[in-house]
Amino acid sequence: MKILVPVKRVADPDNANKMKVSADGSSVTSEGLEWKINPFDEYAVEAALRLNEKGGSGDTLGDVIVVSLGPADVATTLRQPLAMGATRGILVEAEDATLDSAAVARALAKLVEKESPDLVLMGKQAVDGDSNTAGQMLAEHLGWPMATFAMSLEVVDGGKALRVGREVDTGVLTLEVTLPAVVTVDLRIVTPTAVKNGVTPADHAYNEGARYASLKGIMQAKKKPIDQIKLADLGVEAKPLVSYAKFEMPPARSGAVTYVESVEQLVEKLKTEAKVL
Amino acid sequence: MADILVVGEILDGSFRKSSLSAVRFAAEVASATGGAFDILVAGDGAAGAAAEAAKYGARKVLSAQIDGGYVAEKVAATVAKAARDGGYAIVTATAGTTGKDLMPRVAAKLGAGVASDIASVSVDGGAITYRRPMYAGNIFGHARVESEVAVVTVRQSEFEPAGEAGGASPIEAAEVVADPAAERVKFVSLESQKSERPDLTEADVVVAGGRALKSAENFGSVLEPLVDALGAAMGASRAACDAGYVPNDLQVGQTGKVVAPKLYVAVGISGAIQHLAGMKGSKTIVAINKDKEAPIAQVADYFLVADLFEAVPALTAAVKKAKA
Repeated sequence: MKILVPVKRVADPDNANKMKVSADGSSVTSEGLEWKINPFDEYAVEAALRLNEKGGSGDTLGDVIVVSLGPADVATTLRQPLAMGATRGILVEAEDATLDSAAVARALAKLVEKESPDLVLMGKQAVDGDSNTAGQMLAEHLGWPMATFAMSLEVVDGGKALRVGREVDTGVLTLEVTLPAVVTVDLRIVTPTAVKNGVTPADHAYNEGARYASLKGIMQAKKKPIDQIKLADLGVEAKPLVSYAKFEMPPARSGAVTYVESVEQLVEKLKTEAKVL
Repeated sequence: MADILVVGEILDGSFRKSSLSAVRFAAEVASATGGAFDILVAGDGAAGAAAEAAKYGARKVLSAQIDGGYVAEKVAATVAKAARDGGYAIVTATAGTTGKDLMPRVAAKLGAGVASDIASVSVDGGAITYRRPMYAGNIFGHARVESEVAVVTVRQSEFEPAGEAGGASPIEAAEVVADPAAERVKFVSLESQKSERPDLTEADVVVAGGRALKSAENFGSVLEPLVDALGAAMGASRAACDAGYVPNDLQVGQTGKVVAPKLYVAVGISGAIQHLAGMKGSKTIVAINKDKEAPIAQVADYFLVADLFEAVPALTAAVKKAKA
């Protein structure tokens, strides 16, 4: 099937505690932090590749198109999924500051109309803004069904539908969506047998996590096309519906850590100091 | 004046108590702006849920019976219609997985911006500002929603559940609106593990285990006695869930459950940024870990450097004694 995977670059999430707020509180800076592909989007790329290949054989069953919105240098971000095995890229040039989830969803909806994929597969949230809204909004704009927070995917009904296990507060909610659809993925979509496409042998177990790009993949990615267009070309006005009046660091936790020597001392502290026992 | 529509969640035919965080938020904003709030319950078992939702001081409760298990496509159009007809300035729900799934879809129908997972709200004249965690809780942004209607999801751990208000709100039927997208999605099943323990997001005490527990059996034999001695809910790190030691719905973190109990005991959890994002709002944090340099020390109040397989049974015994 033809799969569109939107990806976003984010400041290195494993060093998110090094994010800073400007002195006047008007902006957030990630100075000194590397750009990384949003982990959930990387998982979506992996899931898309698993859906579209005969696992273990190298045969592909359809195109995986990766798209990113942002300044021209997000092309670097797109090279990674291309090196993992995606077919081609689309870069929608826009200023980061003008993009909120609503603008991204409208832009993606226009791209979907042009590309007509069978499936849009994306991360459930970008770990910078942590909004968790773009996929749902996109599905609504398209009038498509959706499955959010997917932990498992199975091609059913002769390729016309997907059976999706969703991670929800109270357990696992399973539903079936008829394609075309939007699916947003959660962490466990990259466990060894989370994706079943009906073509890959049922006993094929992938490595845990997203695949690394091979050297060959990295070389090939350099030659894969990335179409560049502008947000305005899609007829989307860059006008965010959510703006930020200011940013601040979280309140520091009061007091430093107290190292206790023994279980007895811990219980004493919890009783008399913290008063929680 | 801002009127607010709370979208309540129905689970097993009942009004889900987590929705009371959104009710608290709505009552706060309504009182600050001189507006009113209503509650909508849309789904299977709406009549029963509406009767329960009527206890919390809403001007009215709207009820829409929609058969079958929850999928967003069956509910979103009904919510959007009620939101438009009522002329609400804010449409809100608690930011559980249902709220996060449904509300952006509703927002797209309404052309509304979404302030997700907010930690607090302030009202200054006509301007409403939503304070929300970003970057795994390392930055707080003060968001303004520029659209005429705002869609807001509220973080359960930051808004105390609303209490019963005495009396009962009048209940009205809301119009059920069909959505063509709903014909292309089918609810199959909801598998939940029932537990006698308190709900993770509502518990006063949470005991969470990490990969250092080494097995599902050790979660049962080493951690569970402490959980029960403290009357706590059990949580886990991502690593422990990924390893299959406990079900995924016990995961605490940026992308799992966010908790803020009075006491959080982290056992054998090193404290990745993503885990800290889900628990650093806890009032008192205890870490039990072999490695005194583990990042959990950044947020812990008390740190016992010890082998958990010795310390946890000893702590269980001491807690039982202290509580006896």
